[in-house]
Amino acid sequence: MDAAISLTVDGEGYRLTVDTRTTLLDALRDRLGNISPKKGCDHGQCGACTVLLDGRRVLACLVLAATVGGAEVTTASGLAEGDTPHPVQRAFLDHDAFQCGYCTPGQVCSAVGMLDEVAAGWPSHATTDLTAEPRLSQAEISERMAGNLCRCAAYVNIVPAIEQAAGEVR
Amino acid sequence: MKPFTLATPTDADEAVRLVADDPDAAFLGGGTNLVDHLKLGVATPGALVDITRATSAEITDLPDGGPRVGAAVRNGDFTADRRARERYPLIVQSVLAGASGQLRNMATIGGNPLQRTRCVYFQDVTTPCNKREPGSGCGAHGGYTRYHAILGASEHCIATHPSDLAVALAAVDATVRVLGADGERTIPFTDLHRLPGDAPERDTTLAHGELITAIDLPALPMARRSLYRKVRDRASYAFALVSVAAAIELDGDRISDVRIALGGVAHKPWRAHRAEAVLRGARPLEETFETAAAAELADARPLDGVDGGNGFKTTLAARTIVAALRDLTEGARS
Repeated sequence: MDAAISLTVDGEGYRLTVDTRTTLLDALRDRLGNISPKKGCDHGQCGACTVLLDGRRVLACLVLAATVGGAEVTTASGLAEGDTPHPVQRAFLDHDAFQCGYCTPGQVCSAVGMLDEVAAGWPSHATTDLTAEPRLSQAEISERMAGNLCRCAAYVNIVPAIEQAAGEVR
Repeated sequence: MKPFTLATPTDADEAVRLVADDPDAAFLGGGTNLVDHLKLGVATPGALVDITRATSAEITDLPDGGPRVGAAVRNGDFTADRRARERYPLIVQSVLAGASGQLRNMATIGGNPLQRTRCVYFQDVTTPCNKREPGSGCGAHGGYTRYHAILGASEHCIATHPSDLAVALAAVDATVRVLGADGERTIPFTDLHRLPGDAPERDTTLAHGELITAIDLPALPMARRSLYRKVRDRASYAFALVSVAAAIELDGDRISDVRIALGGVAHKPWRAHRAEAVLRGARPLEETFETAAAAELADARPLDGVDGGNGFKTTLAARTIVAALRDLTEGARS
């Protein structure tokens, strides 16, 4: 069963017909050739497929493409301004916040979405006072990034990278 | 994956009609559990009806002072709601204790209570499971039972309900608004889920084609003094071994009212009526908390298992109840 949808991906408009079973992740990678989001587990457990969907971080492997027609998708490859990396990307480079790099596009998109959530005042499981404005401690970053696994265990560098980026994005 | 049609109605009545008229159809919310089940072969619908545009994504005020949370409100948006954070810490904390930031941006408040057990035997289609395939047997009995039930299980099913939110909603006596082909009805939240008995394939009391349109929260001023405490195998992004949602109201040196529900221990969110009965009118003393917890867990039936079983959960649940009550009454005890 097919569905015709339009998508804006990293600023480019597309019209495509997809089988209703197609995930957003497969549509991006296999149909649109955008291999920035990665297929790690394909079951919503690793975070490697994280993209921004209408500005919110989501797992592209659990979104059926046909349900998000008209949406605006940003992948890690669409975050840079020309040759200038996004502050989160710059911070990952500065802090060597990866080893093999497979989880990195997901980590970066997740961090960008997460910093927006913090800016909007969203609490997390690590937030002691639910009614106060959250402050981005290392514990807060670890908790808020818990959905992105790194099998190389670059976490010790990812957390400071995000701390740096948080200072710049604000 | 089996082929399916996909409808995206903007009207709840149409969404209900599409599913009610087709025994092979299913509602699709945030998809965080169902899309995975499509891949695993656990769910094989011939038609999906996306209800994220057909139900409300708003939180509105009810005449009695409680909020109505539309079924399509995303978990993340709910945790961002300032009124919810002030008035219902246990509910907001329960949602924040579940899944990851990405999943909370996808999952919906109406869909979260309808997620299915994470019993590995249920999710593995190569093993028998009475919930997935009625009559096929239970692969979990005698297997890995760490995440399985200690209360209310049956010989047919020992699975636990995985939702954190559902535990908090059971504690506060939320009301579920349901739309069916014959119109609207409401269900007390504690009656939404069922124990497995001899029909574990039925998680809830909803009929096919019945759609949760909203969750109504009672005004319940005592919920301001509440918490959700979750114990799990790692610090984040894991399902509960045991969890406790609790709210308490003190009048002088007495507990005037208390609400407790347990997660990770049963096929449904387990409202701890026995513990509440021990505590109402009592002084908030550690030994009373222990008596209350022991009363609730008197009928616990731990399971054997190749992983050593889940006998630890009875102790863990008791201690978590006591710890939650201790936290809530800190400063009020002398």
